[in-house]
Amino acid sequence: MATINLRQVEKKFGSSYAVKPLDLTIKDGEFVTLLGPSGCGKTTTLRMISGLEAVTSGQILFDGQEVTWNHPSQRNIAFVFQFFALYGHLTVRENIAFPLQAEGASRDEIKRRVLEVAQMLRIEHMLDKRPGSLSGGDQQRVALARALVRRPAAFLMDEPLGALDAEFREGMRAEIKRLHISQNATTVYVTHDQVEAMAMSDRIVVMSNAEVQQADTPTEIYHNPANLFTANFIGSPGMNLIAGEYRDGQVQVPGGAIPVDDGWRQVLANGLDGDGKVIVGFRPEAAEVQPTGALAGSVYASDLHGGYSMLHVEIAPAQIIHARVERRVSFAIGDNLRLGIQPDMVRFFHPRTEKAFAKEERRS
Amino acid sequence: MSDTRIVQIFILPTVILLICMNIFPLIYSLFLSFTRFSVISDAPPEWVGLANYQAILTDPRFWNNFAITGRYALVSVALQTIIGFGLAMLLRTKFKGSGILTTLILVPMMLSPIVVAVFWKLIFNPSAGIFNYLLGFTNINTSPEWLGQTDLALWAVVIVDVWMWSPFVMLLALAGLSAIPDYLYEAAAIDRASAWFQFRRITLPQVMPLLLIAVLFRTIEAFKQFDLVMGLTGGGPGDATETVSIRLYKLAFQGQYDTGMSSALAYVILVIIIAVSNLYIRQLNKARG
Ligand SMILES: Nc1ncnc2c1ncn2[C@@H]1O[C@H](COP(=O)(O)OP(=O)(O)O)[C@@H](O)[C@H]1O
Ligand SMILES: [Mg+2]
Repeated sequence: MATINLRQVEKKFGSSYAVKPLDLTIKDGEFVTLLGPSGCGKTTTLRMISGLEAVTSGQILFDGQEVTWNHPSQRNIAFVFQFFALYGHLTVRENIAFPLQAEGASRDEIKRRVLEVAQMLRIEHMLDKRPGSLSGGDQQRVALARALVRRPAAFLMDEPLGALDAEFREGMRAEIKRLHISQNATTVYVTHDQVEAMAMSDRIVVMSNAEVQQADTPTEIYHNPANLFTANFIGSPGMNLIAGEYRDGQVQVPGGAIPVDDGWRQVLANGLDGDGKVIVGFRPEAAEVQPTGALAGSVYASDLHGGYSMLHVEIAPAQIIHARVERRVSFAIGDNLRLGIQPDMVRFFHPRTEKAFAKEERRS
Repeated sequence: MSDTRIVQIFILPTVILLICMNIFPLIYSLFLSFTRFSVISDAPPEWVGLANYQAILTDPRFWNNFAITGRYALVSVALQTIIGFGLAMLLRTKFKGSGILTTLILVPMMLSPIVVAVFWKLIFNPSAGIFNYLLGFTNINTSPEWLGQTDLALWAVVIVDVWMWSPFVMLLALAGLSAIPDYLYEAAAIDRASAWFQFRRITLPQVMPLLLIAVLFRTIEAFKQFDLVMGLTGGGPGDATETVSIRLYKLAFQGQYDTGMSSALAYVILVIIIAVSNLYIRQLNKARG
């Protein structure tokens, strides 16, 4: 198992950044997910860690040892590719045995370990088939088996579930999580699917535009997004973000005024520009329909999600906020209502820097 | 008129042409192979049964022809495969000028075999040719006479054939190599495979189908080899380079114009080529999995 250190690692293709200078430490046994929209540099980061892609500058350390310029084969890692990258001309058994044969393990040992890992992933009945004849989920199991069989120091996975049908995805997600727990192997996992990231990770690194936006636990990322990008990107729908003006202990927004907790007042007074412009954010589940709520609006749409309903409320022309309400609550389109917002779930962002304000006590 | 009718009318000219030009000669020559017959004599074909085949299979000179052809095909195709594949491995990674170099290497393949034969005759010429000079022989009296010595003539033909056709193997091998996806090598690098292990377990099996096709084509061509040998040695000296097709030509169109016997020989060659091709095709199917 290994600790992975990235120090000011960057990658340029031509003159444009695929990954801007990035610092990241992945602890021994940790499950870290790189999450972000397509093209934000996740794959490139992972490939630099693996050595498949050379860094433009910066350092990569495994367990304190510099490996920046080491060949992938010298890093003792396993890589699970997005499209499996199985050896199509070999059988499943030969695919899984490949890393062991490459290091010259004995016939008996290869046989034993291939069987062991095949049983763990429940693919022992397809060992003599060619990968091309298997379903996507089974191919991904084979790819996982090939990665696991060598007991590497770290697993790098590039959207391993991206090519699977939705029905397979949740099952495989659980399988990978279980494997991680049983192997306790350092894992760097790339996905653009936030649900996956939330469900599996010890820590999530949110990336956008070749930059790390925030690296923290799923809970922190969800409840205390560091900037507008993360606030909006995480959650479906993302955080409600309303531009307003801070005045006299309240933020004036279209549709009403949101009261500001004592703890925030000083922070906002110090941090905002002179005009008091601020962006208020709160999650859909922080809003409740109340007769005396702070925000007034009319129902724009309402959809039932099984366990709950999502209300889309228009608080000003073309400005919609989302509120998650009990599934029994139903409104007709156009109904007027008021929304109350749980004060401890309100967050504030600076409109110019787009960064979140932090309460003083949390910062220390 | 029904659609089938129209279809039949449209394909009729082709079918007639095919029957006249291919099917009829094929069947007629099969018939002639069981007869004594010469196209330049007025005598009609005289049925002799299997006598022609028996003569071919018992005559040591025919066996010698087959042995020469076999040796020639084996050595020539083996060398072409090794050199062609080697060139392909070298030209696989692009470098400055690799495109032009590839095109230049392909030039010999595009020349007419007779042209190639004519100027290789000059190259092999013991007094004026550059070949011996490049090999370091400067004394005309002791330098080898490539096309004139019985022990060298077949090698000389092999050298020219390899020069001319290795590029063909290279071309197919390059196509095979470029079709191997990069991710296989990335996966292999992650799996800590050495360069040799990657070559053996990924590169070779992946190009094998195309390489086998190249070998199949070249083997068939080598068995049929005629123009190059005719132009270079005419089958000589003596019968040192008398391949079966040279023999066939001599039999059919020289001296007695022994049409019956030459038809029989043509059929024997056909059967051998079909048999060899089938062996390759079986291998090919195996390589494809
Ligand atoms: N080999 C390459 N050559 C040029 N540009 C590349 C290459 N690989 C990736 N990029 C660019 O780098 C950026 C990040 O790509 P990538 O890391 O694949 O993103 P992600 O995996 O997050 O979708 C993209 O803009 C992509 O176009
Ligand atoms: Mg990617």
